[in-house]
Amino acid sequence: MNWADDTTVLITGGSRGLGLALAHELGERGARLALVSPHAGRLSAAAEQLSARGVRALTIRADVGDKEAIHRIVGQAQAVLGPIDVLVHNASTLGPTPLRSLLDTDCEDVTRALEVNLVGPFRLTKALAAGMLVRGRGLIAHISSDAAVESYPDWGAYGLSKAALDHLSRQWAAELSNTPVRVLSIDPGEMDTDMHRDALPGADPSTLLAPQLVARRIVRILENTARYPSGARVLATHAAEEVES
Amino acid sequence: MTAAASAQHAAGTRLLLVDTRSDEIAESESSAIPRLLDARDLLVVNDAATLPASLVGFTACGEQLEIRLLEGPYQETTRAVLLGRGDYHIKTELRDPPPVLAPGDTIAVGPVTLQICAVSRLSPRLVELRWPLDLAARFVLLYRAGRPVQYSYVEQPLALWDVQTTFAARPWAVEMPSAARPLTGALLLALATRGVEVATLTHAAGLSSSGDAALDAALPLPERYDIPPATVRRIESTRARGGRVVAVGTSVVRALEDSALRHGVVRAGEASAELILDQDTTPRVVSGLLTGIHAPGESHYKLLAAFTRSATLARAAALAEGHGYRMHEFGDAALFLPDLLASGASAPRAA
Repeated sequence: MNWADDTTVLITGGSRGLGLALAHELGERGARLALVSPHAGRLSAAAEQLSARGVRALTIRADVGDKEAIHRIVGQAQAVLGPIDVLVHNASTLGPTPLRSLLDTDCEDVTRALEVNLVGPFRLTKALAAGMLVRGRGLIAHISSDAAVESYPDWGAYGLSKAALDHLSRQWAAELSNTPVRVLSIDPGEMDTDMHRDALPGADPSTLLAPQLVARRIVRILENTARYPSGARVLATHAAEEVES
Repeated sequence: MTAAASAQHAAGTRLLLVDTRSDEIAESESSAIPRLLDARDLLVVNDAATLPASLVGFTACGEQLEIRLLEGPYQETTRAVLLGRGDYHIKTELRDPPPVLAPGDTIAVGPVTLQICAVSRLSPRLVELRWPLDLAARFVLLYRAGRPVQYSYVEQPLALWDVQTTFAARPWAVEMPSAARPLTGALLLALATRGVEVATLTHAAGLSSSGDAALDAALPLPERYDIPPATVRRIESTRARGGRVVAVGTSVVRALEDSALRHGVVRAGEASAELILDQDTTPRVVSGLLTGIHAPGESHYKLLAAFTRSATLARAAALAEGHGYRMHEFGDAALFLPDLLASGASAPRAA
């Protein structure tokens, strides 16, 4: 049987870009989907796009950076779809754009980047991981960035939140090592998305990856997690040859 | 976490041990649970998440009332108990009665109007409500407008995260399956390391109190449960190797024994638990249970009599009271099991 067929997936930041492309790929393979985004308009547009391709998704309007939203998200999703098997932490904020030096970054903007990109994922995983543990099945994927590893000038708030997210992924993996729950951090590569345009408006789109292509690579990774040690940081390009050959 | 809940968390959970074969009683702490079990045993937990089942509503005349759902809004109509004005600082049984409502009357909750489609003969507080929304929209409303059922002994209002077990998944319970509170993340990992299997079922744990004597006497009402096939397989292999099936909470006992009574063996799938266990019930599947501290007169106490000789149960209750064990949802715990103390917790046990 197809892996996705019997799988319930929650994707944060699911209304556009990589999150929506992942929803397409997983939905077409039969996964039950919950998409989270704070943007009502984008969410309903995403649901329409998906439904045009025969994919149904539950949309949940919520901000993962809001503590009060966490149990509402997991409650609504699991009420309608059943227990979550796969959690994809895809939502993130760049902080204020144009990107700026740390010297010019407001403290509140660092706090906000951490709330959305780090604390939100921690809270969601905390609400779901023990359930995965006792059911004997679970996968937690953190969408990372090369800004987690390289310190690019002006990417401070985002980069430090992504570096911390990578560590959060390793930390969960270490603590859950005796359990069936698997944890990965996935670096998708540079994609042609709204977020990338917000960060680098002048970039040549022909040098960037299509989110649809990256989504297929990531699904390949999610289908074959046994190839990667739990806690690994996986480059999506590593799954490229198999998908595109 | 609220200050009250976190203070109780910090205080730790005392664990009363009752060996239901030798009738010995001892005292311990919840952190000892992994050491008290071994790799032959199976722990079965209720993975129901707790709903924000309490809603503030207004009648057509503008009278305020509290709606406590008896079940999640999975169907177009939902059973609920209505309470009059006042809040959780007043004990449920002392709350004003709700305004008298009849089928056809409406209750406004936020922007949505619910309709009363039936009033129970058992009590005018017990009604059936119709939702004018689809499944997903009912839960959007509930999570936006609802709060967890509160307890008069907790000073600060409980948030939704205060009333979840660590492994909560589908939101089926209207009050926390509180017997699982001692099962922290660290304890689950310790059980995994020790090789003690954990299996799940989902049981829609209902209200502990309705504020109406006639209704309270009828509790627990039938409650929906779902047993996964993997749990049935684990129960069978546990019994085959002579291990103990340890239920976490009375809701798990009720679901497993109800299924076994219906089919002769536990069967996978959904059903509604109607069985009420007492001293005359002979459990078919469950060897014993982890539960809260219960006093004579409670339905939970009656259920314990299905596992424990009444003199032993009375001795345990007296000891718990004398030594100041906390009895409520955020209180201490008790483990009722055969061969718990007889030959020493770590010594090999006759199968």
